[in-house]
Amino acid sequence: MLELRDPETQAIDAPTPPTSWKAKDLLDTDTLSRDEIELIMHTAEAMAEVRRRPIGKVATLRGATVVTLFYEQSTRTRASFEVAAKAMGADVVNLTASGSSVEKGETVIDTVRTLEAIGADVVVMRHGSSGAPYLAARHTKASVINGGDGMHAHPTQALLDLFTMRRHMGDSIEGKKVAIIGDVLHSRVARSNIWTLLAMGASVTLCGPATLLPTTLGGRHESGEVTVTTRIDEALDGASVVMALRIQKERQDSGLIPSLRDYIRGYQLNARRLGLANAGALVMHPGPMNEGIEIAPDVAHGVASVIEEQVTNGVAVRMAILYLLAAGRHA
Amino acid sequence: MPREQLLGPDEIARTVRRLAHEIIESNRGAEHLVLVGLLSRGYPLAQRIAAAIEQFEHTAVPVGRLDIGLYRDDVARLGTPPMLRPSEIPGSIDGKTVVLVDDVLFTGRSIRAALDALIDFGRPGRVRLAVLIDRGHRELPIRPDFVGKNLPTAFVQTVDVMLLETDGQDGVFLTGLEVARVGTA
Repeated sequence: MLELRDPETQAIDAPTPPTSWKAKDLLDTDTLSRDEIELIMHTAEAMAEVRRRPIGKVATLRGATVVTLFYEQSTRTRASFEVAAKAMGADVVNLTASGSSVEKGETVIDTVRTLEAIGADVVVMRHGSSGAPYLAARHTKASVINGGDGMHAHPTQALLDLFTMRRHMGDSIEGKKVAIIGDVLHSRVARSNIWTLLAMGASVTLCGPATLLPTTLGGRHESGEVTVTTRIDEALDGASVVMALRIQKERQDSGLIPSLRDYIRGYQLNARRLGLANAGALVMHPGPMNEGIEIAPDVAHGVASVIEEQVTNGVAVRMAILYLLAAGRHA
Repeated sequence: MPREQLLGPDEIARTVRRLAHEIIESNRGAEHLVLVGLLSRGYPLAQRIAAAIEQFEHTAVPVGRLDIGLYRDDVARLGTPPMLRPSEIPGSIDGKTVVLVDDVLFTGRSIRAALDALIDFGRPGRVRLAVLIDRGHRELPIRPDFVGKNLPTAFVQTVDVMLLETDGQDGVFLTGLEVARVGTA
């Protein structure tokens, strides 16, 4: 069985991270220092405590407006941000590309300027193009949170993944091996996770068919900080965390994998393979899952799985990020 | 900057024992009592008062800790959001007598925030306030029920309470204008 640290016993003794939040935006995890990540984690612990109360809601961001601007579909990220913003007392406006002026051809820049003029304090943005939230952030005084951009970054997912690991493994994941398995090449979740995990001193192994692995990772691969392998046995050996990534069915049509059956044979996270990882290793998945493809159903819902917990923790982590970005700037 | 020690370890210990006696007397015993300390330094003080009450009454008093960061009214003025820590309130506070414990009572704004925070955990029968130091200059209609030491200060002065649990030593210090004259008044 998984050990969950008692959240009640850890609070006051925990050292205060020696930093305060300065940045306007959260666009990726690659620019976050270890102290800043610690600050987010500590703040998220306090938010998790708020969520455990009979009424898991506070009024800290009362009067602030959070807009979710999603150019791509989403279930958990958008809903999670909406719940988090409301739990902090903020007003929430949800916009999707369809049904908004985006359909009439309004640009990203004009859209965020319009949202700022309406009074948005925070814009949570998901876009199919890598870098779009960076463009938006440069053209508005509102805080921009990247809710996923193209194949580039998904910082809040990486931070909730780290938070989930720490709930089970203790505050230090230094030296622990995290295996990320699947379509790493197209995964913004994997990229943002790599930066947080390296910042916290974990060792990262990426695994998948050669066609779905990145050839360069800003020098981190070449420097040996990240291990890349096509052999799943090697990736799982000694791993404390195993993260499976979604295989998009389009990858088969584009010829990057011979067939889904072939992928399953080589890379599906199943019970036998999980046995190669450390005893008590955590099974994670950013969702949505293709059960039976990248992950076997009995593993996805087995005792080692913390996949539902990731979703629950996502609310606390997003509350923490909204607090850090908006509480100091807003009345 | 001149700095004067107002209370030492022995005086703090005696003051904590007196506060414990006063709380017991006012509550007619230690039943239905919950001590809730404000983070950071109100919490160890609450633990010390609870230990003294247990020693006198042979009844264990639950102790909680409260972080008021999410309830403060000065976050925009600070410019950066205050560091948060998880609160922990042991069991239900419904119908109980909750004694809020803090180190220094000044403007009263922390206690206003603490009251808002506390109400999110339940509906206490009564809420009382115990402070180690009351330095005056209230900006809100809040008054303490149990006071360790009344300390007349100038608004611009600073009162620092240091505790073994948080600072490695016990002591109350005054810094700022004309410390010697005001401190000995």
